[in-house]
Amino acid sequence: MYKLFYHIGRYVLLVRGIFKTPEKFSIYYQLAIREAVSMTNGSLFIVVIISTFIGGVQTIQIAYQLETGLLPDSIIGSVVAATSILELAPTVLSFILAGRIGSNIASQIGTMRVTEQIDALEVMGINSKGYLLIPRIVAGMISFPVLITISAFLMVVGGMFAGQAGGEVTVTEFSQGMTEYYDGFQIVVMYIKAVIYGFLISSISAYQGFYTSGGALEVGEASTRAVVFSCLAMVVADYLVAELLL
Amino acid sequence: MAIEVQNLHKSFGDKHVLQGIDFTFHKGKINMIIGASGSGKSVMLKSIVGLMEPDEGKVIFDGVDFHHCDMTTKRELRKNIGMLFQGSALFDSMTVEQNVTFPLQMFTKNSVAENRDRVAFVLERVKLPGSEKLYPSELSGGMMKRVGIARAIAMNPNYLFVDEPNSGLDPLTAKVIDELIQELTYEYEMTTVVVSHDMNSVVNIGDNIMFLYKGKKEWEGDNKAILAITSGPLEEFVFVSDLIRRN
Ligand SMILES: Nc1ncnc2c1ncn2[C@@H]1O[C@H](COP(=O)(O)OP(=O)(O)OP(=O)(O)O)[C@@H](O)[C@H]1O
Ligand SMILES: [Mg+2]
Repeated sequence: MYKLFYHIGRYVLLVRGIFKTPEKFSIYYQLAIREAVSMTNGSLFIVVIISTFIGGVQTIQIAYQLETGLLPDSIIGSVVAATSILELAPTVLSFILAGRIGSNIASQIGTMRVTEQIDALEVMGINSKGYLLIPRIVAGMISFPVLITISAFLMVVGGMFAGQAGGEVTVTEFSQGMTEYYDGFQIVVMYIKAVIYGFLISSISAYQGFYTSGGALEVGEASTRAVVFSCLAMVVADYLVAELLL
Repeated sequence: MAIEVQNLHKSFGDKHVLQGIDFTFHKGKINMIIGASGSGKSVMLKSIVGLMEPDEGKVIFDGVDFHHCDMTTKRELRKNIGMLFQGSALFDSMTVEQNVTFPLQMFTKNSVAENRDRVAFVLERVKLPGSEKLYPSELSGGMMKRVGIARAIAMNPNYLFVDEPNSGLDPLTAKVIDELIQELTYEYEMTTVVVSHDMNSVVNIGDNIMFLYKGKKEWEGDNKAILAITSGPLEEFVFVSDLIRRN
């Protein structure tokens, strides 16, 4: 328990420490953009594949569960869209991104720590916390919403086509159900989650990397811890958002 | 006078690594900290450059008390400090050119062309001209050290710190790196501090040497005096280590 508070305290100090003695803004800006582009590109493929399939599977399974014939088929469209937007695209996808992006951030920064690159920054007089964390956190908060938008869209499209292909529900019925029960607030919630997850995953992973000590083995451990703690923080945040907003 | 260390203490838990060190590092000279593995050489170097906060004592850079001055003074001073790390610590996501340009970009208002000229100049000085576009992973250990030196001197610092310049290098390359450090130190009149346990370097380039033993400064002198030592822990340290290279 003591250790948990120690880590949380040090994490908070790290996140606060990034704002001390900022370097040239233009450099952070460029770095953040570059990071955001590389995060997005690096995860695009897996996001596309996974989202499309999750959408398809949802339609088939919901259709199977509703096979009583009491409800119109169009309900499938509304359920698939709502769960995708509210939970599957932001949360489930972010678990995958924690593995992809979080472990990457932790191992990059961890390697910099154990090979004294962070010391090299500090000796030059650069605020290494700010230099390493700000671009990555900003990039996380930009690229997560982008990836999650793509994901939600593809889940719905995947669901639509799986329904059409398997004969569970036609595209027309699906979209009819979707629009009938459309609620703009769900999209707002999705973006709130996306931004929070982007922040949590990038900052927690950076924290794990930043306080690595030792060698290559410890870098590997840090990147595993980054994924585990990011996921834990995400479920807590997910619960809080649901509790507070819905 | 250049860098003065006064009563430096540093402990980790109950391990008292530095127990009150006093020493002066001179300008335009190669100042060396020597000692056995684990004697606290790196801790001393890190305390001097501010990577570690000493528990007690002062480090004074030409009149500026490094650990007790305001942020602006500290930042100004830092621009005057270059450091070569044991593993070179090049930024591995950047090319040689980007590595060397990095401090210039962060701290000067130089134009791109000015930076390019400066990079070409320092790479020439470390005898690696034309290596701008290579990545650290494409360099040998000796080349990495040279790029590390190039990055350290890019800002034309007054103080140069070097941790184990010879670790992982063959004797011939080690000698070349030593001599490069010596040449640059004399030419630019830098206050250079080298941490080493390689007796060859010590004898070859050490102008002002301190021997760290059990947390204290056991001995100080130059590279002629050190060979005349006939007893005590320093004698053991000097003559137990590998054969001393002929010059
Ligand atoms: N961050 C740290 N936390 C705890 N103990 C440390 C830390 N850094 C160094 N020490 C301890 O301080 C002592 C001196 O270490 P230091 O790295 O300065 O030795 P060294 O003289 O540089 O040795 P080497 O020649 O092997 O590099 C060692 O016993 C080490 O365990
Ligand atoms: Mg050392």
